[in-house]
Amino acid sequence: MPKTHISTQINGDSYEFLCNTQQTLLDVLRQELDLKGSKEGCATGDCGACSVMMDDRLVCACLVLGAEADGKKIETVEGLSSGSSLDPLQQKFIDLAALQCGICTPGVLVAARALLEKNKSPSEEEVRFWLAGNLCRCTGYDKIVRAVLEVAAEARNA
Amino acid sequence: MDYVTPTTAMEASKALAQDGAFALAGGTDLLVKLKTKFVSPSVIVDIKQVPKIMSIENSTDGWWIGAAVPCAEISEHESLRQDWPGLVESLSLIGSTQIQGRATLGGNLCNASPAADSVPALIAAYGTCIISGQSGDREEPIENIVTSPGVTVLEKGEFILGFKLPKPESGTGDAYLRLIPRSEMDIAIVGAGTSVSVDKDKKITSIRVALGAIAPTQIILDGLEDLFIGKEPNENSINKLISIAESACRPIKDKRGTVEYRTKIAGVLAKRTLTIAYKRAINH
Ligand SMILES: Cc1cc2nc3c(=O)[nH]c(=O)nc-3n(C[C@H](O)[C@H](O)[C@H](O)COP(=O)(O)OP(=O)(O)OC[C@H]3O[C@@H](n4cnc5c(N)ncnc54)[C@H](O)[C@@H]3O)c2cc1C
Ligand code: FES
Ligand code: FES
Repeated sequence: MPKTHISTQINGDSYEFLCNTQQTLLDVLRQELDLKGSKEGCATGDCGACSVMMDDRLVCACLVLGAEADGKKIETVEGLSSGSSLDPLQQKFIDLAALQCGICTPGVLVAARALLEKNKSPSEEEVRFWLAGNLCRCTGYDKIVRAVLEVAAEARNA
Repeated sequence: MDYVTPTTAMEASKALAQDGAFALAGGTDLLVKLKTKFVSPSVIVDIKQVPKIMSIENSTDGWWIGAAVPCAEISEHESLRQDWPGLVESLSLIGSTQIQGRATLGGNLCNASPAADSVPALIAAYGTCIISGQSGDREEPIENIVTSPGVTVLEKGEFILGFKLPKPESGTGDAYLRLIPRSEMDIAIVGAGTSVSVDKDKKITSIRVALGAIAPTQIILDGLEDLFIGKEPNENSINKLISIAESACRPIKDKRGTVEYRTKIAGVLAKRTLTIAYKRAINH
């Protein structure tokens, strides 16, 4: 089976790997590079558990071929914290119990971070629409939305 | 399965002429079909490195929207939104933020779903597309591309390079609305795209209404010129528009809606999009 040689940057580090055309970026992250933060909920673009940034755009890693990552800049949930210091969103999710089983959480965090980079003061409606592609079966969304709004407010007041 | 990244339109056409070749733009339809084994390509032709396919340009001739520009990038284009707000609204409805980061107009058209959201709006805006093939480029109106669900007129080796939209004359407005059972992330029961132009007396000089999801392909409503040209819309002409929309419907019935419901909604959305487009036209 033909393999494609890929060089890419993930969370600021250079990576090189070989992948089959069938492998999605999510498969590569999890199976080849041992970056298991991004989750597979559906593999068909519906749940958002695999959300990553590719060249500064929020995408579902399950709907990107690994081969398409060549020359791209990828950011995953593993890149949110630096060392042991958590991203304010991660800390707030813990403080407000905005997660239960945690499967949706990496995708929600990456998506919420992308929103806050673009919009410093989103309304509740904007948060809910932005995160409409991130399904959560546990929390009922309210705590997630509240956590995102509080982090945005604290960043504005900082 | 091979993966190739042609860097010219000719190389892309040659690659696509092979048996079992599939074009890849944003992959939000194709990768789902791969996963569910609905298709099994011999080669995937990633067309995103072909020149012009990723660009948006505004010239005196009108607009160029490359076939592989992601919807998120199109909706950030402020002057395009000013010229064709309805089109931008239609493509902003496709999927979630994540899907928007990848989904393209070329993929939305060539996937050939009757419910594709951008297609009625592109048709209403008198859009055309440039088709590249091994013998060069040709231009076709959008409404000529899809022939039945999942099927297009594209020949082996052909792909869509991009879309052309006219620069709207002053006094032009467009609108797109769809109805879905949920508030986000669902497939249209009906989609309606409308554009109108008016003169300085607010009388309509051109009108086009295209409906999606109510027949095997998108439909342009007939007989609107006699009703609307040279006049302001009134209760009588709007009621006739509703019956023309309803009688154009040949919808499927599924868990999202019955035939009767879809037919009724087609009339409602035709009326509402006309109202919005007309208001935009007189303020444009
Ligand atoms: C979760 C989810 C939600 C969605 N919601 C919506 C929605 O609300 N409304 C809607 O309309 N759609 C929706 N879609 C479907 C899909 O996102 C759109 O149809 C999208 O526009 C497809 O574009 P793409 O670039 O991703 O296509 P791809 O998957 O890359 O391609 C689709 C098809 O078109 C062909 N193709 C692509 N580009 C070209 C080209 N330039 N020339 C010739 N052939 C080409 C491919 O070979 C393939 O057969 C949704 C999909 C998902 C996964
Ligand atoms: S795993 Fe990618 S969207 Fe569900
Ligand atoms: S916390 Fe379990 S799915 Fe969201």
